[in-house]
Amino acid sequence: MTALSIRPQEVEANRDSVFKPEVIDEKYKMIAENVTVTYGGIPAIKNVSMKFKERTVTALIGPSGCGKTTFLRCLNRMHDMIKSAKVVGKVTIDGIDLYSKDIDPIYHRRKVGMVFQKPNPFPTMSIYDNVTAGLRLNGVRDRKILDEIVEDSLKMAYLWDEVKNDLKKPALELSGGQQQRVCIARALAIQPEVLLMDEPASALDPIATQKIEETITELKKEFTIIIVTHNMQQAVRVSDYTGFMYLGDLIEFRETKKLFTDPKNELTAKYVQGQFG
Amino acid sequence: MQKGLGVTGKRKLNTDKIFKIGATIAGAYVLVIIALMVFELLSESYPVWQEEGLGFITGTDWNPVEGRESFGALPYILGTLVTATLAMAIGVPLSIGIAMFLSDSPKSISEPLGFMVELLAAVPSVIYGLWGLFVFRNYFKDWIEVPLHNTFGDSVWFFSGTPFGLDIFTASIILAIMIIPTVSAVSREIMKAVPQQQKEAAYMLGATRWEMFKLAIFPYSKTGLIGASILGLGRAVGETMAVTMLIGNATGDSAIPQSLFKASQTMSSIIANEFIEASPASVHLPALVGVGLVLLITAICINVVAHLLVTRMLKVKEGIVNA
Amino acid sequence: MTSTQKRLEYRMMFKQNVEKRLLVDKIVRIIVFSCVIIAIIPLGSILAEIFKNGTAAISYEFLTATPGAIGTGEGGIGPAIQGTLIIIGMSSLIGIPIGVLSGVFLSEFGENRLAQIVRFFNDVFMEFPSIVLGIFAFLIIVLVLGHFSIWAGAFALSLIMFPIIARTTEESLKMVPMTYREAGLSLGLRRWVITMRIVLASAKSGLITGILLSVARIGGETAPLIMTILGSSQFFHSFDAPMDALPLRIWRLSLLPYDSAQLQGWGSAMVLIIIILAINIGVRYFFLRKRGSGMFSRLIRQKILGGKR
Repeated sequence: MTALSIRPQEVEANRDSVFKPEVIDEKYKMIAENVTVTYGGIPAIKNVSMKFKERTVTALIGPSGCGKTTFLRCLNRMHDMIKSAKVVGKVTIDGIDLYSKDIDPIYHRRKVGMVFQKPNPFPTMSIYDNVTAGLRLNGVRDRKILDEIVEDSLKMAYLWDEVKNDLKKPALELSGGQQQRVCIARALAIQPEVLLMDEPASALDPIATQKIEETITELKKEFTIIIVTHNMQQAVRVSDYTGFMYLGDLIEFRETKKLFTDPKNELTAKYVQGQFG
Repeated sequence: MQKGLGVTGKRKLNTDKIFKIGATIAGAYVLVIIALMVFELLSESYPVWQEEGLGFITGTDWNPVEGRESFGALPYILGTLVTATLAMAIGVPLSIGIAMFLSDSPKSISEPLGFMVELLAAVPSVIYGLWGLFVFRNYFKDWIEVPLHNTFGDSVWFFSGTPFGLDIFTASIILAIMIIPTVSAVSREIMKAVPQQQKEAAYMLGATRWEMFKLAIFPYSKTGLIGASILGLGRAVGETMAVTMLIGNATGDSAIPQSLFKASQTMSSIIANEFIEASPASVHLPALVGVGLVLLITAICINVVAHLLVTRMLKVKEGIVNA
Repeated sequence: MTSTQKRLEYRMMFKQNVEKRLLVDKIVRIIVFSCVIIAIIPLGSILAEIFKNGTAAISYEFLTATPGAIGTGEGGIGPAIQGTLIIIGMSSLIGIPIGVLSGVFLSEFGENRLAQIVRFFNDVFMEFPSIVLGIFAFLIIVLVLGHFSIWAGAFALSLIMFPIIARTTEESLKMVPMTYREAGLSLGLRRWVITMRIVLASAKSGLITGILLSVARIGGETAPLIMTILGSSQFFHSFDAPMDALPLRIWRLSLLPYDSAQLQGWGSAMVLIIIILAINIGVRYFFLRKRGSGMFSRLIRQKILGGKR
């Protein structure tokens, strides 16, 4: 079954399935309301609420331990993996509550891809297999489609030209920056709508970092991106909105330009001026 | 120029030196023992090698009667390999299942259950034998062996022979139970050694728990799990008492493993059964010592392989972390 | 970049197979849980049968008298109990010092080539089948002396003990921070004093754990005793004569066709299992609880727990 053979009726019939066709307008893709996360009773983030507009890049900044990664991981229910973590609050994507009991998280995780701090490609797999890993889970077998998506994803991750002749190479043989871009491609391959990135360039050298940032700027055209970063200049370069967190609270959330040039909160001002890290 | 300083300088150095020498001797003790053991086994079994040559390993005769002495250890070697392999075939899947369950469960469940599985290792072999002999064997015979024999006895060769319960099958099952604690514990460690980031990558893609295992854990720990299984094989090879009590005590040609329901003999069980009766003056004792030597070599080889596989996997893990 | 429409079409291709995947996951979960149950059932059965059958055999006479005539059901296993205690004591006398000192060697002098070789062969030696250790003890002691001997049995069991104790001692000593040793050195103490008094003392619980576990291990060993102490119906009277031990008695009783022998077998098994379980559970709860399961899993990884008997 190729892309061309899908008929309009099928698209209509699936309109109410988990994937909804996008509408390009200023709509909120993802909303977090009063999210509180506790680890074994100790709160890590308290009553954090944020709204993410479609096709924008939102940066989360703040000193180490402020809870930005914790918050990010709420957005695709990664805390389910940790036994002592408890998440209270509401996170919706296209209006659907991620934490509702009726829907298993694996439905939602297809919509929300994630890239981690340290590149973590599957070590025993080739580049190709890494990128298609998520697709195969979802039952996509058609070789032609897989090839298409692999090319598309690697192009989006700015890696296609470097590896297109070497797709069967083990992913571990690539450099750190390339491995990270494989991970980005892997996340993009399952056609998510939101992309979460947890300090994606912190383990990389400046040139690789620049490539990642270029990638993000391009990806913004299709996806909603939320990126955690400790690098303020990176936030300025790349994001439309920025949220500043401190000790588990969201202190300020505004358009990036405004937050950095004219912060409303004193703490924000101190942080962006580098008075504490 | 005096080496030591201080009032008790000279004595200070001596006591420490004595300490170091003492500790070194204690350390080297194992090397001496191993060397001595190999020497003793070789020299005591020499008569049977002289008499039978390599035929000792390939022959199937076992006749201690004076005048007609003939010794071939092949049936027992086969008995050991067959029972150990079967034990592995049954015990390893169970152990991996146990490791899968325990490595991914919260502590409140994995601790008590894991403890109970580990307790299996504390039960002495002779008690496994006792239980196998008086409890397990009867149920096993009636519920599994006899039906299998009645249904497949004529068509499948390894189900032939009327089952009495003291046979290869029973012994192998008990062996399988006995290797579960080791194999599952090592497997559990290996699975837990898979980095959290790998598991997260799988979950991020929307994998179920089982899919996460297939994507992140099994490819990563494959080598180690094979090593754990071979470790179980090594354990099973060295087992003595439970097997002796359950394998039916056949000797010579009739000990050659022919069917699951036939009695047989392993290298360790023939030693346990006959060692005391064997006269040192005859070739019988050297023959049994020879069997012991073969058993030792087998056990060492298997365990060295297992050891290499398990440590290689842990080295690979470090390699990835450093990359 | 691929258009939004195209992307939507790709998504349409994802099979609506999530339900099936969740079902498969659930089935696998049930299967692996069953594996755990299947493993625990024999444990439960063994303990249940021992206590069910063995309790009937227990009496003061049973625990203290010598065995009666075969098949009569009279008498008891007094010599076996005494023998087990004696052989454990004697094996420990040989095995513990060597094991601890060897562990000290590996930990404190462990960087050089010799130590690496020792460590490797120590691990290899742990895998030697115990019946072969029995043969060895037979060859160098029983054959030389011309008769069965308790020393041979103790020696054989000590060979099982010392590698285990060496390993656990090494692990425990390694966990003592370097700073302790440095403090001792800065005080001008001699090396051996530092090791014995300071380091060993702080590693005490780890040491005791290893010792107790190896004691529990040899308490159940049968094979090496067969050709060294042989077994007997009498109480201990000489180091140069055969002696009984619980595992040996259980084995010999199991070979007899009499119900009374079977009953005594269960009774003996009950005594033995109580001793061994008490040690194992005690160690678990008193010592390993403190340092958590870290050491336990390391012990398992070094294949210390359980072994060939």
